[in-house]
Amino acid sequence: MANRALGAPRLPGPQPVAESKVITDTRTQAEPLIKAGSGHVSDTLFHLAMLGCGVCVLGLVGLIIYELVRGSNLSWNAFGWKFFFRSEWDPVNDQFGAWAFVYGTLISSLVALFLAIPLALGVAVFITEMSPRWLKGPLAFTTELLAAIPSVIYGLWAIFVLVPILRQYLEPFLGKYFGWTGLFEGAPYGIGMLAAGIILAIMVVPIISSITREVMTAVPQQQREAVLALGATRWEMIRTGVLRNARAGILGAIILGLGRALGETMAVTMVIGNRPEIARSLFAPGYTMASVIANEFSEATGDTYLSALIEIGLALFLLTIIVNILAQILVWSVTRGMPARSNA
Amino acid sequence: MGVGIKVEHLDAWFGKTQSLHDISMDIQGSHATAIIGPSGCGKSTFVRCLNRMHETIPDARVSGRVRMGELEVYNGTAAVQIRRRIGMVFQKPNPFPTMSIYDNVAAGLRLNGFHDRRRLDEVVERSLKLSALWEEVKDNLRKKSGASLSGGQQQRLCIARALAVEPQVLLMDEPCSALDPISTGKIEELIFQLKEKFTIVIVTHNMQQASRVAEFTGFFLMGRLVEFDRTEKIFTTPSDKRTEDYITGRFG
Amino acid sequence: MPDPSTPGLPSISFWRRGKNVAATLGAAAAVVLVLLPLVAIFGYLVYKGVGSLNWAFLTQIPKPVGEPGGGMANAIAGTCWILLIASCIGVPIGIGAGIYLAEYGRNRFGDLVRFTADVLNGVPSIVIGIVAYAIVVLQQGHFSALAGGVALGIMMIPTITRATEEMLLLVPQTIREAAYGLGVARWRTTLSITLRTASSGVITGVMLAFARVAGETAPLLFTAFGNQYWNWKINQPTAALSLQVFTYAISPFDEWHRQAWAGALILIILIVLAVSAVRFAAGRGMLKGTS
Repeated sequence: MANRALGAPRLPGPQPVAESKVITDTRTQAEPLIKAGSGHVSDTLFHLAMLGCGVCVLGLVGLIIYELVRGSNLSWNAFGWKFFFRSEWDPVNDQFGAWAFVYGTLISSLVALFLAIPLALGVAVFITEMSPRWLKGPLAFTTELLAAIPSVIYGLWAIFVLVPILRQYLEPFLGKYFGWTGLFEGAPYGIGMLAAGIILAIMVVPIISSITREVMTAVPQQQREAVLALGATRWEMIRTGVLRNARAGILGAIILGLGRALGETMAVTMVIGNRPEIARSLFAPGYTMASVIANEFSEATGDTYLSALIEIGLALFLLTIIVNILAQILVWSVTRGMPARSNA
Repeated sequence: MGVGIKVEHLDAWFGKTQSLHDISMDIQGSHATAIIGPSGCGKSTFVRCLNRMHETIPDARVSGRVRMGELEVYNGTAAVQIRRRIGMVFQKPNPFPTMSIYDNVAAGLRLNGFHDRRRLDEVVERSLKLSALWEEVKDNLRKKSGASLSGGQQQRLCIARALAVEPQVLLMDEPCSALDPISTGKIEELIFQLKEKFTIVIVTHNMQQASRVAEFTGFFLMGRLVEFDRTEKIFTTPSDKRTEDYITGRFG
Repeated sequence: MPDPSTPGLPSISFWRRGKNVAATLGAAAAVVLVLLPLVAIFGYLVYKGVGSLNWAFLTQIPKPVGEPGGGMANAIAGTCWILLIASCIGVPIGIGAGIYLAEYGRNRFGDLVRFTADVLNGVPSIVIGIVAYAIVVLQQGHFSALAGGVALGIMMIPTITRATEEMLLLVPQTIREAAYGLGVARWRTTLSITLRTASSGVITGVMLAFARVAGETAPLLFTAFGNQYWNWKINQPTAALSLQVFTYAISPFDEWHRQAWAGALILIILIVLAVSAVRFAAGRGMLKGTS
């Protein structure tokens, strides 16, 4: 009854092979080649070692927080909350207030974002949706190259190339035609908030652009096709099918760029003028939180002075952390739902 | 030379789901035993319990008793030592991609601390001959990577790799399901010869293969061992109706 | 004017077509505007720096202020030295943490570590400098290459950890199982099989981290501090290429400005080499799916 479907007895069953291949067993006797132990202890030790490395990472962040808090203790006790709202910075008389630096950091970053966002989005849109295939790779590579240039080299170029251009051409132009806004008043030194904003913008474009590209690629092809099938032009497809879907991620990219701008030190220090002043005009020199630490830390005499600087460092740390976490959440919300890449 | 395996009341779980129920089986040494059954019946899980691979999955649990000759597979022996005595060949050939053919075969020995150069050469040659791959690769042992061989060759490489550590039992989890018929035929021939020295347990969903290759067959259904007997008997006069239904193709 | 091919429907309006073209032009203009500084920076680096790149520059230490000539040999050596120290700290911890996350950390604690690594990545480099100052310089009482190395090493960790984890996760589970099946212990499998399979990707991660910290200046300002002379000791202030470029750039001396460009050129060559090596490795080997 079982035979028919299977036909087993009709198929050759287990059989010795036609030509007898002799298996030459040159080994003498069953003496185990491997005598090692059970590996239990080593496994546990290894696990602990790797865990230790993971804990190190936690420990490092903890260490950073600890040292910053400890170092700023003195300044905190002396000035309290108001430290961030006073603008008196007088090392001689031990009077410190960080408002000028906070202001400078915020304004320079805002100027940078104002310039960088349209540029970065334009680049991202071009590379993902408009560029011919052969151009995509090289363009992506070159924008990444921009991200690889160290801050000090940006600063070097800014001092000797950007600032003269600003001083001789751009700032007089802006002052003449847009001076009425109040943003472009005063002598065009070149060095100042505007220069810092521009160089920051250049530095921040690659980050915003590459994350935007990532979230745009994460939008599924079906979304684009759905819009095109309704008779949309390419730009309309990009606007409704891609950018709209990716907007949380794009916002995240922008905030990530902000995070980078806030913490940027060298290039800004080299062109911002390093004067703790608050002025409306972008031509005026300024000072940022990172710059004051960079310039004055190694020469800070006096414990309160140093502590004030460390407190500024702590504020910078907290500011960038909050901004970065916010950005991660936003980016994650887009790329998680639509995986950009699949694992093998 | 192959040693038998005695399984007594084996249960296995994936987290809260029990996938094997009270399996008891007496696997004969120096013979080939086939494990058949429909998809999801627990054949692979069963075989992976024999060499303690099942427990590498998080939340997996086993209870019961497995003995290989005098050796208790579960109670008290380290998993790593069991796996040296019970080798495994997987469904999809998985040679180590960054290693040459020679290094692949020698991997098991080297990673366990055995480094004697001359004896390694001997073992590699012997293993490749045992798995009928020697003639095809002997000139390229160190130059070609393990992953550059064809599917059938890769699987024979994996067999050679498993044999190099000189196990007493060889477990094969659907070793031919990813291969073409000719490669399958070569591996089945191989199993005939290996039977004399090793105990072989082969999971297969191909009933013709089971009947060609194994003296004994166990039929699994939904995590239970329904019938275990000589292959001839299972396929001609099965005792259990469920076995008969399966082999006549009424389900699964 | 109705489109004859689809009667009843209006044709695409001039407005819409115009916006489409404008968008394309705008995006292309953005690309040009962004590439302009890139070309300009590289162009100026070569233009202003190449003339000063000579054997003397590469082998001499700086001359006293006012005297022409001199070079950045000590800064180049110092950078290499500091990067070596940084690698000794950053690479083992980074790879170890990456192994932990990939092989043992698929749980809540692992998520915490992963999150913390991302946090660490976003910390401004000057703040890391402050911390390195606090834990090394203050303890020792002087600036040192060690302090600089610690600061840079800490900065390397998140990049290496993330890359290592990603590459290890790409190794198929069946490869690990093949090793377990041979009776290889788990730790040995992880090191000799899994890590080895992922090695080219991991090395890429290390080089990326390397390229990132090679150009850092801020954290070195008050750790390594700089040095006008040779220094091979780990416990003394040490010159670094990035520091030297900064000092020279903001100085009032033309001679130093000239040398700053040359130093910057060397620095960028170093970094471009590292980044290109990464791109090259990405073309071959197990790097599917990484951007």
